[in-house]
Amino acid sequence: MALPDLKQDPTEARLARLTLPEGGCLAPARQEALARLRAMGLPQRRDEYWKFTRPDALIQPDPIPASVGVLDETPIFDAIDRLKIVFVDGVFDPEASDDLTLEGVQIDRIADICGKDIHWTKDIFGVLEARGQTPVARPLAALSTAFATDGVAIHVTGKPAKPISLIYRHENETSDVLLHHVIRVDPGAVATILENGPAAARLNKVTEIDIADGGTLHHVRAQGRDHERRAATHMFTRMGEGSVYKSFTLTVNGVLTRNEQVVELTGDNAIAHVAGACVGDGDFHHDDTVFITHDAQNCESRQVFKKVLRNGAVGVFQGKILVKPGAQKTDGYQISQSLMLDDDSQFLAKPELEIYADDVACSHGSTSGAIDEEGLFYLRSRGVPKGEATDLLTQAFLAEALDEIEDKTLSEDLLERLRGWLTRRR
Amino acid sequence: MAVEDQTQVKEGVDQDTVDAVREVGGAYKYGWETDIEMDYAPKGLTEDIVRLISSNNGEPEWMTQWRLQAYARWLKMKEPDWAMIDYPEIDFQDQYYYARPKSMEVKPKSLDDVDPKLLATYAKLGIPLKEQMILAGVEGAESAPAEGRKVAVDAVFDSVSVGTTFQAELKRAGVIFCSISEAIKEHPELVKKYLGSVVPVSDNFYATLNSAVFSDGSFVYVPPGVRCPMELSTYFRINAENTGQFERTLIIADKGSFVSYLEGCTAPQRDKAQLHAAVVEIIIEEDAEVKYSTVQNWYPGDEQGKGGIYNFVTKRADCRGDRAKVMWTQVETGSAVTWKYPSCILRGDESQGEFYSIAITNNMQQADTGTKMVHLGKNTRSRIVSKGISAGHAQNTYRGLVSMHPKAKNSRNYTQCDSLLIGDKCGAHTVPYIEVKNNSSRVEHEATTSKVDEDQLFYCRSRGMDEEESVALVVNGFCKDVLQALPMEFAMEAQQLVAISLEGSVG
Repeated sequence: MALPDLKQDPTEARLARLTLPEGGCLAPARQEALARLRAMGLPQRRDEYWKFTRPDALIQPDPIPASVGVLDETPIFDAIDRLKIVFVDGVFDPEASDDLTLEGVQIDRIADICGKDIHWTKDIFGVLEARGQTPVARPLAALSTAFATDGVAIHVTGKPAKPISLIYRHENETSDVLLHHVIRVDPGAVATILENGPAAARLNKVTEIDIADGGTLHHVRAQGRDHERRAATHMFTRMGEGSVYKSFTLTVNGVLTRNEQVVELTGDNAIAHVAGACVGDGDFHHDDTVFITHDAQNCESRQVFKKVLRNGAVGVFQGKILVKPGAQKTDGYQISQSLMLDDDSQFLAKPELEIYADDVACSHGSTSGAIDEEGLFYLRSRGVPKGEATDLLTQAFLAEALDEIEDKTLSEDLLERLRGWLTRRR
Repeated sequence: MAVEDQTQVKEGVDQDTVDAVREVGGAYKYGWETDIEMDYAPKGLTEDIVRLISSNNGEPEWMTQWRLQAYARWLKMKEPDWAMIDYPEIDFQDQYYYARPKSMEVKPKSLDDVDPKLLATYAKLGIPLKEQMILAGVEGAESAPAEGRKVAVDAVFDSVSVGTTFQAELKRAGVIFCSISEAIKEHPELVKKYLGSVVPVSDNFYATLNSAVFSDGSFVYVPPGVRCPMELSTYFRINAENTGQFERTLIIADKGSFVSYLEGCTAPQRDKAQLHAAVVEIIIEEDAEVKYSTVQNWYPGDEQGKGGIYNFVTKRADCRGDRAKVMWTQVETGSAVTWKYPSCILRGDESQGEFYSIAITNNMQQADTGTKMVHLGKNTRSRIVSKGISAGHAQNTYRGLVSMHPKAKNSRNYTQCDSLLIGDKCGAHTVPYIEVKNNSSRVEHEATTSKVDEDQLFYCRSRGMDEEESVALVVNGFCKDVLQALPMEFAMEAQQLVAISLEGSVG
């Protein structure tokens, strides 16, 4: 069926600005993604899945320019011993990056994988993204599969000694970046992926992750601060038996951010935790969209999202737990909370459950409100000034989400930084 | 009554109750049909049909025009497809939009004039005899003492209101309770002022269809400061085949008044699905309160999902005045497909909305139901308690909206949605929308989905209850919050309904 003009015209206008990367082993996957995208069309405001977030800035032919932020502090994760992979406006920078060899992991640029004949990527690149297109269309992800010009393929074969850190620098005010990563975690392998940096004026990034039986992947991400960027990111994760996936994202400002997490638990006894904390001030729209599918028995999923909003910031949470027939003994949990520091901010949420198995326990909660007056009063009665007291309560509120990070060095580091940001923002 | 049907009951329990309990204890008990001669409008929907319905009701020109406008809008609208329900396409031209018993062409004045078949229908549905006589419009019967609590009834049979009881007594209190067709003629100023003011003509596909073709329904006006002396109720019965029922209810509670309104509905068992698209509008002025309770027991279709009622209903209450209060309570056990979201617009400061719902789906039933709480005024409060039970191959969805507008300072919402699954072939879904646009309001939502608690079942069984009884008891505990909100009239019925719908689901 042909798309309505309302969808087709903006989609074609966007496609007109892009060129399919040349040939190679990924060409069929890219062609299929393009066909998928043409069938779906780019998102429009009237799409139910974009009810709370205007996709306009993400789909228009050219990005809205974003000034390059000047960093007035040590970069995040700087103190941590890690393997650095640096992208500048979406282009891999070998100079700034570390040597990519590390025991227990093989890292390649996606541009190189065809030459090196890395077969495993064929089962992942564009495949998990395509699986994630039903029941809800995610056209921006297909756009990345088709047109992404850079990204890495990470094959975790053992237990690398340090985290793999993806750093995204932004240096060009009008950069429009499409990135695509693929990650494979072998049976029993364990790795931690770190991500940080503003990346571009406009970023469209997809990460496809396949965790084999008994594999574990930790993911900790810190998205830019005081930055004007607009970003849509997708993480598609397929999980085997007894595998573990724990992902945490901290977002501090950025004009528009849409982070989608699509997790599919296909093996029994798998555990997926997806968490996020965001602090929004002023011109800030942050959307966490999570879709967790339980398609195996005895799995656990957990979603914890906390948003602190002020000066007209908007926080969005769309979370869904889908329990397929036969996915018995599922334990699904979801909480989304907002703390609104003033009257201009908005919190929009849609915490959904769709359940087709009877021996399961799924719960979801969502709360929204102002800072706890009693807590504030208590602190002030102990001589803590109002601003400081508000910061303390805000930290306490966010700490619950940061607790989801298993590595306490990382969570402490992020909390410390958050403390500094809150103080300066006061 | 045959001897073998008699049951030993304790002193003080009336036989009627026992019979009623037995009545709802089996399979669908209202599936019979009344063999009665009917007048039909020609099949299909055209402008002429809209005019015909209007003229059959003896409506003034402004009403006919209102309907025609709605019809013109409807032609341009698309059937909504966002709900989690799946049903074969409805052929809107393969339906009768108006069906009236021949004997109702002229309204009967005495019992002798009322078609005995109609009387028998209501008797069989369990409406007490005294009320039935009054229902049939017997003059003088109204002064006879009614048994127990008084409930005034407006009985709607297919497209027409058969009669309304206790009208005289209500009139003495200043309350107007009549069919909507009567209200259009007798109280045009009220109808003109309020009709379509809560659910606008073009609100949604089904509401617009209803605006064009509604044939009858109930009208209530409670004047300022009046506490309605008795509960009001409407009983909807679909009887004719291939006929859609489109009723319209308009309730106006003026300043400081109170009314409790009950609604019941049943339909015959047929292989072909039938359409029901109703609109209920409630206007609540300052300090007034309306309680609206529904036990929806339309024919649910058979075990294979053949037949049943497609129930597409728009219900909305507008708390216009400060401190206005509305409470929706619904027990949904019937219908093959339910699409229903009784909503509250909390416009007045300190107004309150409450929604209590139990939706039970069994076999192939599908229900997508919930509420909208739109907070516009300051210090408004709302509470949602929804319990969904799914068994067999049924799908049960809670869909709701809580919206706190920027000016709705210091407002509160509390939502609790629980789903229970019985068997592994059914589904339970929760789709809440939460929109908070100020920070002095608090919104809390929680939901759980779980299986019938094994420990509780084991406890019941160890006390000698059989498995089915135990499940019924546990489920009744789960539903207690909602059942308690139902008026006395429904409490017994509701508890029984919970037990019935779960029958055969265990194991």
